[in-house]
Amino acid sequence: MTHLPLLSILIWLPVLAAMPLYLMHKRMADNEARWFALIVALVCFGLSIFMYANFDTTTAKMQLVEYLPWVPSLGLHYYLGVDGISMPLVALSAFTTLIIVLASWTMVSHKVPQYLATFLVMQGTVIGVFTSLDGMLFYFFWEAMLIPMYLSIGVWGMANRTYAAIKFFLYTFFGSVLMLAVLLYLHSKTGTFNILDFYTIDFSLSEQIWIFFGFFLAFAVKIPMWPFHTWLPDAHTEAPTGGSVILAALMLKLGGYGFLRFSLPIVPDACHYLSWFMIILSLLAIVYIAFVALSQTDMKKLIAYSSIAHMGFVTLGCFLINVIIIHTGNVSDAHLSLEGAMVQMISHAFGSGAMFLGFGAVYVQMKTRNIHDFGGIAKTMPIFSAFFMLFAMSNVGLPGTSGFVGEFMVILSSFKASFWATFLAASSLVVGAAYTLWMVKRVFFGPVTNAGVEALQDIRGADVISFVLLAAMVLVLGFYPQLLLKVFQPTISHLLDLSLQSRLL
Amino acid sequence: MTHTLMNFVPATPEIILLVIICATLLVAAFVRANSQACYVIAQAGLVLTALSVVHTFIYADSGMSAMAFRGMFVLDHLAVVLKVLTLVVVFFTLLFSRAYNNDRDMPRNEYYLLALLSTLGMMILTSAHNLLTIYMGLELFSLPTFAMVAIQRQSFRGVEAGLKYCIVSAVGSGLLLYGFSFLFGVSGSLDLNVIAHRIVMGHVTVDPLLSMALVFVVAGIAFKLGVVPFQMWVPDVYDGAPTSTTLFIAAAPKLAAFAMLVRLLIGAMPSLHANWQVLLIILAILSMAVGNFSAIMQTNIKRLLAYSSIAHMGYMLLGLIAGTPSGYSASLFYVMSYAIMTVAGFGVLLLMNRQGCEVTELDDLSGLGSRSPWLAFVMLLVVFSMAGVPPLLGFIAKVQLLEALIHSNYVWLVVLTLLFSVVGMYYYLRIVQRMYFQDAKSDLPAISYRLDAGVGITINGLVVLLVGIFPNALYTLALHAFVM
Repeated sequence: MTHLPLLSILIWLPVLAAMPLYLMHKRMADNEARWFALIVALVCFGLSIFMYANFDTTTAKMQLVEYLPWVPSLGLHYYLGVDGISMPLVALSAFTTLIIVLASWTMVSHKVPQYLATFLVMQGTVIGVFTSLDGMLFYFFWEAMLIPMYLSIGVWGMANRTYAAIKFFLYTFFGSVLMLAVLLYLHSKTGTFNILDFYTIDFSLSEQIWIFFGFFLAFAVKIPMWPFHTWLPDAHTEAPTGGSVILAALMLKLGGYGFLRFSLPIVPDACHYLSWFMIILSLLAIVYIAFVALSQTDMKKLIAYSSIAHMGFVTLGCFLINVIIIHTGNVSDAHLSLEGAMVQMISHAFGSGAMFLGFGAVYVQMKTRNIHDFGGIAKTMPIFSAFFMLFAMSNVGLPGTSGFVGEFMVILSSFKASFWATFLAASSLVVGAAYTLWMVKRVFFGPVTNAGVEALQDIRGADVISFVLLAAMVLVLGFYPQLLLKVFQPTISHLLDLSLQSRLL
Repeated sequence: MTHTLMNFVPATPEIILLVIICATLLVAAFVRANSQACYVIAQAGLVLTALSVVHTFIYADSGMSAMAFRGMFVLDHLAVVLKVLTLVVVFFTLLFSRAYNNDRDMPRNEYYLLALLSTLGMMILTSAHNLLTIYMGLELFSLPTFAMVAIQRQSFRGVEAGLKYCIVSAVGSGLLLYGFSFLFGVSGSLDLNVIAHRIVMGHVTVDPLLSMALVFVVAGIAFKLGVVPFQMWVPDVYDGAPTSTTLFIAAAPKLAAFAMLVRLLIGAMPSLHANWQVLLIILAILSMAVGNFSAIMQTNIKRLLAYSSIAHMGYMLLGLIAGTPSGYSASLFYVMSYAIMTVAGFGVLLLMNRQGCEVTELDDLSGLGSRSPWLAFVMLLVVFSMAGVPPLLGFIAKVQLLEALIHSNYVWLVVLTLLFSVVGMYYYLRIVQRMYFQDAKSDLPAISYRLDAGVGITINGLVVLLVGIFPNALYTLALHAFVM
């Protein structure tokens, strides 16, 4: 079937557009670069809306498929496609890049064309990861994305950026190299790199466990799961605003997507065997990291730790399915769990991305991250505070915001699996409310504490547009999540079928 | 030509190069010391020879392997690919070295002459099919490089490096010859095919004499490649030599040494595969370990690149360990991509050098991102390619090696290699960090380079990027060398 190669355009248009931005950076004015990048981002966003609207929600088959030979002598193919899981993430990528380009009007002022070029390349490679259906192409984009992220932290970051950038790169690279070994091993077993073909092979349990750990290391570092999370607070605090937004909104989702695309369907018996191992790690992330967030005085670190805690719900949702089936035997309960994980990924992107953007709006004027240096911002930046309050409420999980939907679905399904897991996860919501509201109180409410806060100017122009867009997403997803849920229902059913099969040799 | 006569048609390119060398020698004797005539003749000669290699293979021998000089010289697919790449690599080496040599008032005409002689030696070594020819090619390519390392007579470090290189190479060649003598004793012939045949026919179990031969031959080759535990000369020589010579000995000779490795191990002793595989595994693991860990401490960029080249030679041996034709092709592809990356890497260092300003320390790279964005970008591509990050050449080269290893059931070796790659990542990142995350020191002169060198480094950098994304053409060339 012939169709517009939408996925290729979404990948390569930003990458190719980045080249003139980089090559002509000496001769380009900052605003010219910003408008150019904005047009590219809007085109990609428009295409992704078109893709979302025309997506066939009745089938779990791959759509918008493109299949070309890439390196025939090695059996590699340029094989792209989206299904219900990857399509919302592709749309999310285009949306996030739009937000970052809009934010570049106020939040970045030196080397602007190169900054925009770096983030456009990152958009292309991230969409490449979400749409790849060939294992080596997936790995290709997965690693390629590290280069622009490393450069963005190191060139535009804060004082300790060198340490954070190297830590980020080495930690993530270490996690992913074993995935390369696993992909090559799967290729030697099937003769192809086609990911969909990997779903059909049988392995012995010990083989499956090795394969699971190979993938686990890569995805656990990306998500990040406890105890592989220590790179994230450093990367977030030292990254520029755009870097933090893309890290929180997109890069963390790559890990969750990886579990859904690779671990669950390829080695279901290992996932079954290691369910409680993964559930305990997720609960550690949710509960322990929430307490760590409570103790932070650095605002960005606090938001970073809260990010890790929220991503714990994603992994919890993914790995509860086997325990649920054992306890209730009801597939629709497990379905709810996976859906909750998916929704949590998307809503966390909006919530955390918005909070980091909001922090950037304050940082660009106050140049400090310490909570004690803030206080009473609501008095000098009322519009900004209103938006930030909404995003904070979404972080807490207030019904009506997107943060509630995902967490509620996961907790509801975990109740079917185990009372104590639910107790721990739900009680962490209280801690989540505690650190978020305490942070908001110290930063926004109360009297104006110092001259720096008094001199703050409220957000205007491009920043307002970004916040309005993000607020719209948070509210729409909070009030009418069916818009998102209907897209991935058949895919999740199919994925659940694959994950509940036994594929032992 | 029939085989009753001494067939020399396949050796036409070498004959042409020899004529060019003689012409260069005569011109060098009669022109002024700072004339560019030798450079021009050398470059033209290299291009002519490369064209003649392809022409001879396709037209005179119709694309089939051909022997010359009664089987002492072979022109097969492997030889053609490596020879053309060697000539191209030397072309780019001389292109980048010209300004550097001029600035430092090195005896340039002699430099180009020695480079051409060494290239001739590399070509002979690549095509050698007889123990004697191998040794002749090896010596012809090594001896001029001793002089090139020590060519700046006033430089204490250069002379020291030259002496070290000379003595260590002599020991290496001695070991190799000793091994050859045992091989001759075992088989009664110097021809590689005959040796292989007689080893298979005459020995069911491995004769102690034969295993001595194998060990000494591998040791001799390992000296030339610069793998552990014969790697001691590499950092000192790379560091002490002038950067143009460092580029020359880092890039092109590895191609010829790879050819020697293939001819001796796969051509002459294929039935001993299980034995030399064990030797190569030890060499590979030690090289990857020592190369990667030692480079972390380095502050001198030439020593850092020297240790990284030790590690790369370790990676290259992995394909030979795999023992399958696709493994051998992967090794060939890896050594080709290594040569391309190394030329670009040292090329950037050469282009950064200006009058009196020697780029040797890592800190000399500080702020290159703002001083010369294009050179910094090329260096970025080269560094990430050496680390093995997509979408660059080094990644796909590494993937092929690992795939061949997995097919031969060496999963543990794959995991070990990947872990060493992560270690190696650290020092490559430090290079990027110096270039982009730090500001330039204020008192440095502006970087400027001639147009021809700029075009050369651009082509080189783009090859690293584009062949990394579309490796099929180059990989098919490598595949055909071993898969008939």
